[in-house]
Amino acid sequence: MRIIVPMKMVPDLVEDLELNDDGTGLDPDETEIKLNEFDDHALEEAICLKEAGGGSVTVIALDGEGVDKILYTALAKGADKVIKLTGPEPEEMDGNYGLAKLFAGAIADIPHDLVLTGVQGCDDRDGQIGPMVAAMLNEPTMSVVSALQVAGNTITLSKEYAGGVMGSFEIDTPAVLGIQAARQTPRYVPVSKVRQIQQSAKIDEIDVDDAADALSKVSAMAPPETGAGAEMLSGVDALVDILKQKGVLS
Amino acid sequence: MSANVLVVVEHLGGEIADITFEMLAAGRKVAAENGGSCFAALIGGTDAMVGQLGAADTVYRVSGDAFTEFNPESHTAALRCILETVTPRTTLIGHTAMGMDLASVVACTSDNPLAVSAVEISGGATTKVTAQVYGGKMNATIDLGAGPCFVAMAAGAMSADAGKIAGSPTTSDVAAPGVDGRIRFKGLVQPEAGDVDITAEEVLIAIGRGIGSEDGVEVANELAEAMGAQVAASRPIIDAGWLPKSRQIGKSGLKVTPKLYIALGISGAPEHLEGMKGSATIVAVNTDKNAPIFGVAHYGLVADLYEVAEELTEALD
Repeated sequence: MRIIVPMKMVPDLVEDLELNDDGTGLDPDETEIKLNEFDDHALEEAICLKEAGGGSVTVIALDGEGVDKILYTALAKGADKVIKLTGPEPEEMDGNYGLAKLFAGAIADIPHDLVLTGVQGCDDRDGQIGPMVAAMLNEPTMSVVSALQVAGNTITLSKEYAGGVMGSFEIDTPAVLGIQAARQTPRYVPVSKVRQIQQSAKIDEIDVDDAADALSKVSAMAPPETGAGAEMLSGVDALVDILKQKGVLS
Repeated sequence: MSANVLVVVEHLGGEIADITFEMLAAGRKVAAENGGSCFAALIGGTDAMVGQLGAADTVYRVSGDAFTEFNPESHTAALRCILETVTPRTTLIGHTAMGMDLASVVACTSDNPLAVSAVEISGGATTKVTAQVYGGKMNATIDLGAGPCFVAMAAGAMSADAGKIAGSPTTSDVAAPGVDGRIRFKGLVQPEAGDVDITAEEVLIAIGRGIGSEDGVEVANELAEAMGAQVAASRPIIDAGWLPKSRQIGKSGLKVTPKLYIALGISGAPEHLEGMKGSATIVAVNTDKNAPIFGVAHYGLVADLYEVAEELTEALD
């Protein structure tokens, strides 16, 4: 399988999120970013497929803060080739539509059997990267999938529905899949190995035009109103009292 | 310009999913605001399902063997045919495992705007939605313009009861499209029964990413034992292999409504809240005071979950 994994950076939700001055999005200067963890699962699944049945893994990402490290890490994990799309400023990207077009444009020129993306990202607001890229490439697509098995040009997989029910499917390649979870926890590589790769490996670059404009705009953003919200307790003693009042503790 | 709303019916195993009724309720409201009608798209459903879709003015159907079971390829092709027939202004699709295979694809190929994980929608001069982003930490107000648009609605954002209207709506058969057969449905697999049925438990200790390491599972087990409760978890714990899938709560896991739900180290992403927000009493322990879980919890403690769990276990002994 020749597998391509498009990856993207997303805000780190562990940090406090600060809004920009006009309150329409996050303040890029105050926002910590990290690799979309679902994309890390897509990469893990791609490398597992390669290890099981041969082939190649190519990772593709839009240039920006922290992206070189992500790409070198992908090489250290077992990717064969990494590509950086250069030109557009990440701060000017608005939504997934423009990014998906950049990915689809680059992937169309790379022979492949499979495109694996993370099922979603925490910043998705105008659609998911996987099915968007699939629509642009006119390839079949399925999201929320796991347990991939390859037999010739056919992938068998499971799609997760609510309540733990799974749909079992076959899909012909080339195809675009939104990975829910890899078959194993994404592997860890020590920083020393990433540094070592950095000395010898190279990141390919593809210069691309500015991204297409988003088809919609965010006019305002704010933390959700949570109604009354939780009554905040001072400590465990207060919690024990409440649990006793509720009759769940005696 | 059409003022109509189209709701894409979601069904699995012969049952219409609740998200459909939630969207019908929203769809009727938006159609009224637009001065149009609310239609339903039923792909591969049954005659009995039509009788449950009384909230729709007309049910557009695509039938045939290729459509009986959900299949991203055939259902996308069928939805495109219905869209060409109906030309709605607003199309509502579930932000669900099925809807994810449809919404982005049909919106993208028609170059029309889409908003996902929407919790509110209004019609009128332009279609506006409120959508959850950043794991539920922010709500975005998005203007989708005056033209055709797609909205993927978050499950549980509105009441399903308002969309549950029995009746016999007009049906209109839409010619089935040809399907390439690049995706083939092989079967449904029911979840393996776990050692306990967490949906039947009165008290659940739920752990999330905040436990940091597998040690947290043991700490939660000890607390659960002291309370006569069972341990459940959010998705990351299951993906890490620390607890079986039968203990997973949320969008792709189980929906629970215990008397008491104690969430330890769970931030409260929308996918998790969907599975537990109906619990009678929710207690959340998290080090992040802004964690969305505190929005649905009745009682909160901004504290280290290990300290709280140990103190609570001791208090019970």
